[in-house]
Amino acid sequence: MNFFKNINFEKLTDGLKKTKERLFTGINETLTGKAKLDDTTLDELEEILISCDIGVDTSIEIIDRVRQNLRSNTDRGKETVIDTLKSTLEEILTLRQTSEDNLNKIENYKPFVILIVGVNGAGKTTTIGKLANNFKKSGLKVLIGSGDTFRAAANEQLDIWAKRAGVEVISKHSGSDPSSVAYETLLQAKKENADVVLIDTAGRLHTKNNLMEELKKIRKVLAKVLEYAPNETYLVIDGNTGQNAIIQTKEFAKYTDITGLIITKLDGTAKGGIIFQITKELDIPVKYVGVGEGIDDLQNFDPKNFINALFNK
Amino acid sequence: MFDDISQKLDKALKKVTGQGRISENNVSDTLREIRRVLLDADVNYKVAKQLIDDVKQKAMGKEVLASVTPGQLLTKIFHDELTELMGGKNQEIKLNPSGVTVILLVGLQGSGKTTFSAKLAKYLTTKNRKVVLAAADIYRPAAIEQLKQLGERINIPVFSISGSKDAVEISSQAVKYAKENDANTVIIDTAGRLHIDEKLMDEVTAIKAKVQPSETLFVVDSMTGQDAVNSAKAFHDRVDFDGIVLTKLDGDSRGGCALSIKAVVNKPVKFISLGEKLDSIEKFYPERLASRILGKGDIVSFVEKAQENIDQLEAEDLEKKLLSNQFDFEDFLKQIKMLKKMGSMQSILGMIPGMNKSIKNADIDDKQILKVESIIQSMTKLERKNPKVLNGSRRKRIAVGSGNSIQDVNRLLKQFKEMQKMMKMFSSKGGKKMLSKFGNMSFN
Repeated sequence: MNFFKNINFEKLTDGLKKTKERLFTGINETLTGKAKLDDTTLDELEEILISCDIGVDTSIEIIDRVRQNLRSNTDRGKETVIDTLKSTLEEILTLRQTSEDNLNKIENYKPFVILIVGVNGAGKTTTIGKLANNFKKSGLKVLIGSGDTFRAAANEQLDIWAKRAGVEVISKHSGSDPSSVAYETLLQAKKENADVVLIDTAGRLHTKNNLMEELKKIRKVLAKVLEYAPNETYLVIDGNTGQNAIIQTKEFAKYTDITGLIITKLDGTAKGGIIFQITKELDIPVKYVGVGEGIDDLQNFDPKNFINALFNK
Repeated sequence: MFDDISQKLDKALKKVTGQGRISENNVSDTLREIRRVLLDADVNYKVAKQLIDDVKQKAMGKEVLASVTPGQLLTKIFHDELTELMGGKNQEIKLNPSGVTVILLVGLQGSGKTTFSAKLAKYLTTKNRKVVLAAADIYRPAAIEQLKQLGERINIPVFSISGSKDAVEISSQAVKYAKENDANTVIIDTAGRLHIDEKLMDEVTAIKAKVQPSETLFVVDSMTGQDAVNSAKAFHDRVDFDGIVLTKLDGDSRGGCALSIKAVVNKPVKFISLGEKLDSIEKFYPERLASRILGKGDIVSFVEKAQENIDQLEAEDLEKKLLSNQFDFEDFLKQIKMLKKMGSMQSILGMIPGMNKSIKNADIDDKQILKVESIIQSMTKLERKNPKVLNGSRRKRIAVGSGNSIQDVNRLLKQFKEMQKMMKMFSSKGGKKMLSKFGNMSFN
């Protein structure tokens, strides 16, 4: 422990003052600002936001924006406040959404390669089954690479989903190098003239360096076969996740360029409010939401629908 | 943001420390900061509110008069409150000495039931239980296959009925199978289900009614957010579970959901699960999670590890040398060896309060430490005692001898010099104060 005495402790305690100051000034301003929201309304707003996993910082910021948006409005009743809150939330989400249709993009590449990553139990394999089904239904030829060579029976699970969707899977025995699965899947996709390739990966916690390095390798190998691959890397996040989702996204983004989020398990009572902070801080759009266990239960993300769901108690 | 939590709390507490007594004002500031720490740790906002109110009441009470400093008191009350809320002490699971003990695992999708059931089976085997795993997840594709493969790995039989669509039947047959095969423990792995899915909730209720488990455990992902209270409550209302299993704690989530669940259903956490290896299962210690939620690191584990591996006398000797600025490479080597005994640098640093941020920035690499060790080991006794003699040719010899570049050797020498300089600063008046603060790292 003596060793740690060498470290400058003062330096470690820097950096949070700002956040804290922002928090309290924020509240005060809201209270004394032009749009005088009373304490109860303010508390209610905060409760709504925090109970959706939006987080303290982001909630405060959002409330501050609501206050500003209310400036020109003479009606400051609760209804108006909630409506303003909704539109403010929508603003944040729409910021990162692109109107670009995935299907158009897919036409420009053959095959269009999508890599799916995420922590354990987020719902990657199920999501791949649903994605495959969606693409297949759009008349595209889909090939799946079973890159989760770690978890017991991951191949079998993916096989069943692929059968349901009516698409082919490339897999190797459990324990083999996921990069080699990715490699062979792409070769096969070129040979078969597939339109879309979906690469599954093992669940990994973002704190495990070696597993995160493995992702880099998979990407490298993909690019070896097709210079542009992967076209998309989607991070799958369990909609039940709390504040850790932000670190998760940041860490994954460090190792691999995350181009979109898929939020799963939103058919429960969890609200998935973590996406506000993520989209606010990182330039990553939400692409799809998972709303059930059926093969058709993957929807394109729609900010308006999502926000309405937040307010359904 | 999360890296900052412990620092934030430290700062808020510092504000209170050193003031004569707790006033309504300075306590409310600190408590507001604590509320925020709790919310950032995913503690449900209602639970956080309740907790803050409790702590506030106690802090405002008589005890203040008897305290050492108001800050210490407030901290202690808070930590105690959290520990008490988490169950006070470790709770064992019930295992019947005779007959078949049935353990039922329930939870949402992806919480980690299947992996945990294999871990629990392995754990109980070491407690001389003869275990059968029951594969009752008839919905998720290949879930039964997954359990079978895990069972094979740990050499534990897995009971399943091929093609069966009746989870109740599978569970009760598994118990029968156990009886017939002289096993005394059955662990039932059920399908993940949403708490609002009436049909599936009926199913798990039926399983429970049929097999009468002595333990029903609710398995929950430690990364779960505010909604944990809703799912836990719904499960509890239907199956009245006996305890909680907190999974994926090898990540960096603070696990505040455990506090929420405990507060809402009043059932203890019985196990924590932290990794994909099948022996990474641990009993639960409330005070450790309390520290984790508060962002204070797992100080208890750290102290235990340190106590196990560090020779107190040697450590004191080193400290003396550090302060009197007589620290040489010989001592440095000793220190490295002590640390190495405690585990990887990342894991050690991760346990220390307030240290998380610095690790991420410093990115301490165990290989780097091995390198330093090899360089020092290639020095002669004289060189270690008196680094000043290290001229060019000596450095070259050390580099070759240790298999490193001259740049590596030079870097180490430079760092060592800087360290000595820093020690000089520390051994001055203000520095000593800082050091002693460092020494008192425990929360109380």
